[in-house]
Amino acid sequence: MTEEILQPDISGPVFNHANGRLLMPETRYWPTDMWKSPWSLPTYRRGAAVLAGLITGGAAAAWFLGEIGPRLAPVYSFIEAYALAYGVPAVLIQIFWTFIKGGILLLAPLVNALFAVWWERKISAHIQSRMGPMYVGWWHGVLQTVADGIKLFLKEDIVPDCADKIVHWLAPVVVVIPAILVFAPVPFGNELVFADIDIGTVYVFAVGGVSVMGIIMAGWSSGNKFSLLGGLRSAAQLVSYELPRTFAVLPVVMLAGTLNIAEIAGFQAGYWGGIIPRWFIFYPVVGQVAFIVFLIASVAETNRVPFDIPEAESELVAGFNTEYSGMKFALFFLSEFAYVLLSCLLMAAVFFGGGAAPLPFLEFLPSWAWFLSKVLILMFCFLWFRWTFPRFRVDRLMDFNWKFLLPVSLLNIAAGGILIWLLS
Amino acid sequence: MTKETPTAIKADQMFINFGPQHPSTHGVLRIALTVEGEVVIKGDPDVGFLHRGMEKLFEARTYSQGLILTDRLDYISATHNNLGYCLAVEKLAGIQAPLRAQYIRVLASELNRIASHLVFFGTFAVDMGAFTPFLYAFREREMIMDLFEMLCGGRLLHSYVRVGGVSADLPAGWTEKCREFLKFFKPMLKDYDTLLSGNPIFRSRTGGVGVISADRAVSWGLSGPVLRASGVNYDVRKADPYCVYAKMNFTVPLGKNGDCFDRYYCRMLEMGQSVEIAFQCLDALAGAELTPGEVMAKGVSKMLKAPAGQAYAHMEASRGDLGFFAVSDGGLNPYRMHVRGPSFINVAILQEILVGCKIADVVAILGSLDIVLGEVDR
Repeated sequence: MTEEILQPDISGPVFNHANGRLLMPETRYWPTDMWKSPWSLPTYRRGAAVLAGLITGGAAAAWFLGEIGPRLAPVYSFIEAYALAYGVPAVLIQIFWTFIKGGILLLAPLVNALFAVWWERKISAHIQSRMGPMYVGWWHGVLQTVADGIKLFLKEDIVPDCADKIVHWLAPVVVVIPAILVFAPVPFGNELVFADIDIGTVYVFAVGGVSVMGIIMAGWSSGNKFSLLGGLRSAAQLVSYELPRTFAVLPVVMLAGTLNIAEIAGFQAGYWGGIIPRWFIFYPVVGQVAFIVFLIASVAETNRVPFDIPEAESELVAGFNTEYSGMKFALFFLSEFAYVLLSCLLMAAVFFGGGAAPLPFLEFLPSWAWFLSKVLILMFCFLWFRWTFPRFRVDRLMDFNWKFLLPVSLLNIAAGGILIWLLS
Repeated sequence: MTKETPTAIKADQMFINFGPQHPSTHGVLRIALTVEGEVVIKGDPDVGFLHRGMEKLFEARTYSQGLILTDRLDYISATHNNLGYCLAVEKLAGIQAPLRAQYIRVLASELNRIASHLVFFGTFAVDMGAFTPFLYAFREREMIMDLFEMLCGGRLLHSYVRVGGVSADLPAGWTEKCREFLKFFKPMLKDYDTLLSGNPIFRSRTGGVGVISADRAVSWGLSGPVLRASGVNYDVRKADPYCVYAKMNFTVPLGKNGDCFDRYYCRMLEMGQSVEIAFQCLDALAGAELTPGEVMAKGVSKMLKAPAGQAYAHMEASRGDLGFFAVSDGGLNPYRMHVRGPSFINVAILQEILVGCKIADVVAILGSLDIVLGEVDR
């Protein structure tokens, strides 16, 4: 009796066994030559084509939609006229309008978290020669974060016995509320800003700083030594890095002569010699130094690698959120990505001209599209850092801040003053 | 070592159980840490959570059955344990393995050394907070595991080296596959350097941390890359050559400072040397003087009876000097089998070098010692 020996299919990825038989050398498939030259991989070329298509399609859609900001005023006046005709007081209409805008603003961190988590997983996967999420959703696991969110929502909320119950419950709230409030004065494009307040820059740093309290509360109330250490570390780190971060923006504020973020972005419109955009990053030396200091301090403020020492996985298990599970954990996660988005929005507005196009002939695209693309590129850098760098040690981190970043940012303020004197 | 200057203000001391359930203790090691803020003032390694009574189990098994136990000692480098055990038993029973088998043993153990150091590279990077090198290392290690699977069917626990030789000759086409891997792997070492070794943050985390001076290293009985990083030139492959290492042309990388970075980089350089040795073995195996198929000594029965006596054989495992001491009373089973596990001896120095470092350094030092708890606890 002869059995038919099935030959394994070798065109696919490596299978260790086929029909219980070991694969012998002639049937073993190692794509060593492909790993060396990735462009020979058809998937690589297809991915690049898809990316180019997405960018072109997005640009076309943005061009079709046009500016959103100026269209809001007619909508408001329509509602106002309609409601006034029925005798609704004007104050009520304004409150209603504020609530609508507030609702849209509330969506910003939520939608951002949905998108950014998926994007981070895909970027990390491709950096590490993996695939990342592929199954949930129609295309490349786009709905993975939704599935994760549902999972976290359904999970049991565990509160440790030795935890301080009230503070433990309050900590995620204290972290998340400022993370949403902080978006109020941040522009998303020309005239796309919730609260166009004159002290926008100060407001952002002040409200953003409140989240530190929540992290310390989480670390302290968990009744876990690793959490406590994480809370202590974050207290030291976040308070320290607030200083150079704020100082880095000061030269911009001095040059623009205003604290209003939308006005700072508007100040950078126009081009030098018709080619170089008047963005603050292109101001000699002062602009670049300010940007780099702000970028580093922002990465530290958002607790991301290489500054993720408050939650350093290999040292402190999970740091301040060790004892959090379910939706409370998700809230910490949400606020982390909200702050990443905030940092990118601030950098785009303050250093990269907000909604200004990089070249004069590209001005046919609306300002919000430029703003969004700048934010996405900056956010990619944030995610990229995370999967490239090791973690700082806690004392080196402090040294780096107090002995390098802070003096540099102070010197930069002086240099900014000299630049203003030279320009005047 | 980063010694903290004593200050007048005494902060509260805190006791932390670092492990056995912790992401970076590489198994079930417990370190009882007493910390003052972030500074460690006392650290005691507590071993034994994975104790399986290996040395006693050897006494209840025949020599060929005992072989599969050795896989479970240092499960990251199983071939080294197989080889050390077989060397001891062969010495005890007076068996000489054929030359071809000896070349294959050297080849297999160098491949296993690369696989083991790759695991170290990946996990050490994860300890430092960099996750990407881990997946790069495991991508390459996967190919070595494929090679071992072709040799013997086992991917992690090989039992390929047997008393009297190896279990089977190289399958057809294996040599070409092995060459393909080695050629692919050698330039990868440069990639690892650009990714991790040259990173300033990594250098600041590892340089000058957990320094072990040469005399301390010798007096604690350290061995392997941990010893050589302190500048002591001791490698069993050179000092007491076994199999065909005397015919191999390679250098032993040495460190200078004995800090975490030197321990890390010694292993990285060792991988390059292992590639060289593997190439030399492949060249020798292609030669005509080694008869294909002759990989087992004649007349070695499965129910091996060693004459009464004792024998000690040691070899350079990827974690250090691995020794097997076998005592026979002339029966089917060994009367006593003692294992000198390098991880067990290397882990002891933790109590000396942990004092005065930060909590983050505990992870770096522990990772740089590269212990495997299966071997520590046995």
